[in-house]
Amino acid sequence: MALLETKDLSIQFGGLKAVDRLNLSIKKGQLYGLIGPNGAGKTTVFNMLTGVYAPTSGTAVLDGVTLNGKSPVEINKLGVARTFQNIRLFGKMSVLDNVRLGFGNSIHYSLFESFFHIGRYRKAEREATEKAMELLKVFNLDGEKDYLASNLPYGKQRRLEIARAMATGPKLLLLDEPAAGMNPNETADLMDTIRFVRDNFDMTILLIEHDMKLVSGICEELTVLNFGTELAKGPTAEVLNNPRVITAYIGEDD
Amino acid sequence: MSSFFSYLITGISLGSIYALIALGYTMVYGIAKMLNFAHGDVIMIGGYIVFTAVSTLGWSSGLGIFGAIFCGILGCLLLGVLVEKVAYKPLRNAPSLAVLITAIGVSYLLQNIALLIFGSNPKNFSSVVMFDGFSIGKVRISGETVVTIAVSVLIMIGLTLFVNHTKSGMAMLAVSEDKGAAQLMGVNVNRTISLTFAIGSALAGVASILLCSTYPLLSPYTGAMPGIKAFTAAVFGGIGSIPGAMIGGVILGVIESLSKAYISSQFSDAIVFGVLIIVLLVKPTGIMGKKLNEKV
Repeated sequence: MALLETKDLSIQFGGLKAVDRLNLSIKKGQLYGLIGPNGAGKTTVFNMLTGVYAPTSGTAVLDGVTLNGKSPVEINKLGVARTFQNIRLFGKMSVLDNVRLGFGNSIHYSLFESFFHIGRYRKAEREATEKAMELLKVFNLDGEKDYLASNLPYGKQRRLEIARAMATGPKLLLLDEPAAGMNPNETADLMDTIRFVRDNFDMTILLIEHDMKLVSGICEELTVLNFGTELAKGPTAEVLNNPRVITAYIGEDD
Repeated sequence: MSSFFSYLITGISLGSIYALIALGYTMVYGIAKMLNFAHGDVIMIGGYIVFTAVSTLGWSSGLGIFGAIFCGILGCLLLGVLVEKVAYKPLRNAPSLAVLITAIGVSYLLQNIALLIFGSNPKNFSSVVMFDGFSIGKVRISGETVVTIAVSVLIMIGLTLFVNHTKSGMAMLAVSEDKGAAQLMGVNVNRTISLTFAIGSALAGVASILLCSTYPLLSPYTGAMPGIKAFTAAVFGGIGSIPGAMIGGVILGVIESLSKAYISSQFSDAIVFGVLIIVLLVKPTGIMGKKLNEKV
């Protein structure tokens, strides 16, 4: 059974059908790519899957639970985490605190305990810090744990964003253009990181990307969106050689 | 020299009260991006609650005083959360001007409720501080001053620890930076905003008790001027910044006290606001404020 299944997922802004009848089926542990020209509606799909936008029609089901009508916080607790096209780290917080914040879902203590630093507070905060440090080590960011997030170099900020998303304990990780603005070396590193996350955390990953080297390098299956509709889908190599996809990307011969 | 020292202490004490109030402005602004102009009036309500408990119900000794203080702080806390729920939450996505006007409306509403219940004649607030203070050489330091400074320092340390070292505190920082991203990382934004109003209003409750104990005349307009001064202090320190509000408040109090003593007691407010204008001309984001990068 698929981990994420969307059925005729659509959203309309006024007269514009931003996404029209999208059917995604992503199996557990899959690395799935969502590609398409600018303005095709890819990020809109992410916004629907995370509860930022409510779909006009259609459904999205994660692991048997319908996501429609749920708030971003509820959907995050159900196991969907994401990164952003333009990095949205908490720049004034430390690298460690960015990740620790993600563990908020899994630590529990009352306000009273936190005011007086008693009871479950100490243990919970210590555990969150330990788990956050482990995660930072995995992403090779443990050396920069006390830096302000905004002071990290670009490639590391991208990695930190993935680490922060992983801290919320997702089943499905959504990466929005993770390689945007990266140089070829950073992109190669990123591909290793994404593969590593999938293999070691048994993660299912849906990613939006324009970098075809990354897409063909790590994605197993693709869906191509064009003007909000599905243009093609299937195994990566097949889709990338589909003449309709090539036309959508580089235009038609006259 | 000893009189200078005495004015300085008075200024620090007054400034600590401004700082406590300013914290409410700055935290709410940081998180909800709104100016809660009703904040000053929460102070006034807190004053009336304690006044009622002490003077009307006669809780004037020992445990009674603590009960009155507790009721005052709790009353402010609940009032702040209630105002947020009823007046501001429905406007979460409204233009900021609508929220600002609503806040001014709430401010007048609270003033008029107090006017209706307690009348316009000022009440004599009897100090809840049971400590006489002491003298250093020729300088007399009142119990109110000592308690005000001590309480404020403790609260500021506690608040800093809370914000930087707890899950809820970090959620507050995260929401103030990027509400949307925080939400997608599992932070409950509504709960965080309520918590911010609760803490800010509880601090206003503390400030009201300290303020009324030092300046014992209580009227429905008692909160207005300290509210505006504290707002000034928050802007002065860099609105949205917690240490900024603390520093801004203390500096403002000291300037006010010294200009009252050495320049003119009538012009002291003019001098305070004059200094604000100069600071903002030189550093528009305030003392601790950072340059804002607006996303385009």
